[in-house]
Amino acid sequence: MSAATPETHHEKLAQEHGHHHDDGHDHGTHKSYVTGFVLSVVLTAIPFIIVMAGGFTSPVWTALTIMAFAIVQIVVHMVYFLHMNTRSDEGWTMLATIFTIIVVVITLSGSLWVMYHLNTNMMPGMNHELTGLGGN
Amino acid sequence: MSASMHSNDQTGFWELEPHHHAEGASTSLGFWIYLMSDCLMFAVLFAVFGVLGHNYAGGPGPKELFDLELVALNTAFLLISSITFGFGMLAAHEGNKSGALRWLFVTLLFGLGFLCVELYEFNHLIHEGAGPQRSAFLSAFFALVGTHGLHVTFGSIWLVTLMVQVSQKGLIPANMRRLGCLSMFWHFLDVVWIGVFTFVYLMGMI
Amino acid sequence: MTPAATAPHTTFLFGKLGFDAIPQEPIVWATFAVVALGGIALLIALTYFKLWGYLWKEWFTSVDHKKIGIMYMILGIIMLLRGFADALMMRLQQVWAFNGSEGYLNAHHYDQVFTAHGVIMIFFAAMPFVTGFMNYVVPLQIGARDVSFPFLNNFSFWMTAGGAIIIMMSLFVGEFAQTGWLAFPPLSGIDASPGVGVDYYIWALQVAGVGTTLSGINLLVTIVKMRAPGMTMMKMPVFTWTALCTNVLIVASFPVLTMTLILLTLDRYVGTNFFTNDLGGNSMMYVNLIWIWGHPEVYILILPCFGIFSEVTSTFAGKRLFGYTSMVYATICITILSYVVWLHHFFTMGSGASVNSFFGITTMIISIPTGAKIFNWLFTMYKGRVRFELPMMWTVAFMVTFTVGGMTGVLLAVPPADFVLHNSLFLIAHFHNVIIGGVVFAVFAGINFWWPKAFGFRLDPFFGKISFWCWVIGYWLAFTPLYVLGLMGVTRRMRVFDDPDLRIWFAIAALGAAVIAVGIAAFIAQIAWSIWKRKELVDVTGDPWGGRTLEWATSSPPPAYNFAFTPVIRDLDAWWDMKSKKAQRPLYGFLPIHMPKSTGAGVVLAGFATIFGVAMIWYIWWLAIASFAAIVIGAIIHTFNYNRDYHIPANEVETVEDERTRQLALGA
Repeated sequence: MSAATPETHHEKLAQEHGHHHDDGHDHGTHKSYVTGFVLSVVLTAIPFIIVMAGGFTSPVWTALTIMAFAIVQIVVHMVYFLHMNTRSDEGWTMLATIFTIIVVVITLSGSLWVMYHLNTNMMPGMNHELTGLGGN
Repeated sequence: MSASMHSNDQTGFWELEPHHHAEGASTSLGFWIYLMSDCLMFAVLFAVFGVLGHNYAGGPGPKELFDLELVALNTAFLLISSITFGFGMLAAHEGNKSGALRWLFVTLLFGLGFLCVELYEFNHLIHEGAGPQRSAFLSAFFALVGTHGLHVTFGSIWLVTLMVQVSQKGLIPANMRRLGCLSMFWHFLDVVWIGVFTFVYLMGMI
Repeated sequence: MTPAATAPHTTFLFGKLGFDAIPQEPIVWATFAVVALGGIALLIALTYFKLWGYLWKEWFTSVDHKKIGIMYMILGIIMLLRGFADALMMRLQQVWAFNGSEGYLNAHHYDQVFTAHGVIMIFFAAMPFVTGFMNYVVPLQIGARDVSFPFLNNFSFWMTAGGAIIIMMSLFVGEFAQTGWLAFPPLSGIDASPGVGVDYYIWALQVAGVGTTLSGINLLVTIVKMRAPGMTMMKMPVFTWTALCTNVLIVASFPVLTMTLILLTLDRYVGTNFFTNDLGGNSMMYVNLIWIWGHPEVYILILPCFGIFSEVTSTFAGKRLFGYTSMVYATICITILSYVVWLHHFFTMGSGASVNSFFGITTMIISIPTGAKIFNWLFTMYKGRVRFELPMMWTVAFMVTFTVGGMTGVLLAVPPADFVLHNSLFLIAHFHNVIIGGVVFAVFAGINFWWPKAFGFRLDPFFGKISFWCWVIGYWLAFTPLYVLGLMGVTRRMRVFDDPDLRIWFAIAALGAAVIAVGIAAFIAQIAWSIWKRKELVDVTGDPWGGRTLEWATSSPPPAYNFAFTPVIRDLDAWWDMKSKKAQRPLYGFLPIHMPKSTGAGVVLAGFATIFGVAMIWYIWWLAIASFAAIVIGAIIHTFNYNRDYHIPANEVETVEDERTRQLALGA
């Protein structure tokens, strides 16, 4: 049974290793947090600028572009802020995340697909998208 | 696992030396899994927004209502609060209690700033007659953005509680675990916000 | 949003609650009288025997997974009786209401009865049973001392109990929902259901749902993190595997239910338009979302039951389970596939051929891994020396009954067939077939199997066999007619009939329900008789059946700490392995054991949550705000308590273990 108290053991490791700890988790460094932050700022600013400037000629491409930026920024957050890796908790964190993503994708795409068909078949001719203020 | 002192167990089927499960070894994984369940709740809100988000019921739509500059400000506040929390965690791991508390306080300020901007936006929308009862689009908007805001609110309450506990008891292992959980929570909320500003605000203006 | 025809009379202090909330119904008064008298008698007895302190200290505040598991089972049994009473009422009404008779239940009541029957059976009987088994058995099977988060476990139980209290309250104060167990809008919206019924439904489920979700996280992390050394994933008992997959399903489906009910709540309380008929709402979206939860839910109910049958089959056949690896993969396949079948619950809502075909095919595919499991159980029994103790009898009955139910499910999976049979009594027969044949039979198998472990004495088989035969015969009598009626075109939830040719079938079904009632009475008698005769039925070895997994390595009942020394696992069927290798239980050298402390915080917080639910139901806003604040403040105060554990001293462990050594010598 170890005689060192958890706190001093902890501090020793922190000094020796910089960021890696014996609790199975990564904690990042100043550098990695700043990198993540700068990347996030860029990945946020560009989509905002694109849309605020009126977007591309094709709205589909505008949508796909900003979605792509969002996905990349989410990955940046996961890696640089949440320290996601395949080692943490013996890979269970990654497995849980992947499973959640699968269920989320099924919920989103399944709902959109099913509801689109239901609306077309069961409420034909309904144009919900009319706004009252001369919009759309 | 030695059999030297105990001729008790010759077959090696029992751990005679104390097996130390590190205290709180389950906590991070447990909290992460809770976050995954929270992710699913947001997925439902996004699905509802996806299905109902164009049902303006003859009322105002995103182009009439959204102020992208305000949203950019909001987004900046939340993103900055993420990195200030990160710096706070680094300080905590270095054993620097006062540094950690200072960064946590700054995080709280930016979080509250985010909430103030959001409350201002909601108040403005309601006064324009664009409250959650006006249409399914607005119901979905208020539910999704509002749920995110509620999470930030609870996170802020938790942050204050933890600041008190850290200043009282210091950076003991139990508090380090709690900080780790709140840190995951806070960054997760920023991840959800990426989805919100992309799919609700930016997509609405295309 | 159109305002309700008559706005309810509200006061600040009591919200909508007034004397008109008391039902003016003789049947309800009679029920209340019985419950009140019984309740008062119970309270007097507890006080007279000075049991309050004991109950609070040893049970209500306990964070011991074994005690919590037993409390879940008690809750399940009580709610099973309530849900069954609803079933008897329905059978009686449906056989009565012919030839111009309206029966004895008007629509207002009949609709509440069938709604309550479904909600109670699924959420407050089946879920607690399944959770109770997993709570009790899993930590023992993996060689752990408790679950990962013992306090959260206690809190989860009391949240489930709180939900049960809310729904029971609806019987005597106000009314319950009249919408069916899933409360589809627009019927469940504020315009069509302005009363408190749907609100009772919502808040009972939300309070209980928090408990279930937290329990899911708890057991999942426990299985991942707290297995004894040497127990790799592929050396876990099958029941633990099914528990793992079940808790994955819980964590990955209950949030959908929670959020969908929140959206319905917003529609009812705030006037939003998610599921309304006007202003852009879409009630089909509710049906879509609720079944995204609802399908995984039925697998949450059945997977642990498959696990129970696996343990029972291998134990009573005296053989290792056939095809362990394929059992594990089949369970994992079912878990993943359960997310791509949900639309089969609403083929007829109109999504069209392409969507219906996709989901019809996936639904047929999901029956395959279940079929594989049945073959594995059969092959385990083949050439084994099968002992037909009660748990094994229930298992054989399950194999026959559930298989038929599964087949009618595959029949319903064909969209054109479903267009004829959807919402007919054929559907009702199908799901009762799989739930009774699968879940209920498993519950009885599990109770008979693990009762000696939990209480130190076996259940007497005489009344158990009466219960068994009554349930099996009763089930087939009660539900085969419903298959016939469904094929004849009879719709579900009907209160009155005008075709006299149908009556004979309802009569047979009512007879079946009566036979099941005898079976339930025999089950209660079995428990009472066995408690009375417990000295003759005592189990001193801790292993009355020749078990294969680690729970049988402990005494019956196990000590609070489960294992004095953590076992080291070498093989599948760890206890069987230890027995065959003549593993010696350590007899000295005991060490202090680190344990979590009991606490009342779970009871208190869940109590506030229950009060919050009731306040919201009755529009008592000051109480809702106050109780919600109490939850938040209470939780924060709880986090300031860092002193949550203690050590059992080594000499106390030694005393307990010495007693076990003595008992084992007696039994030898």
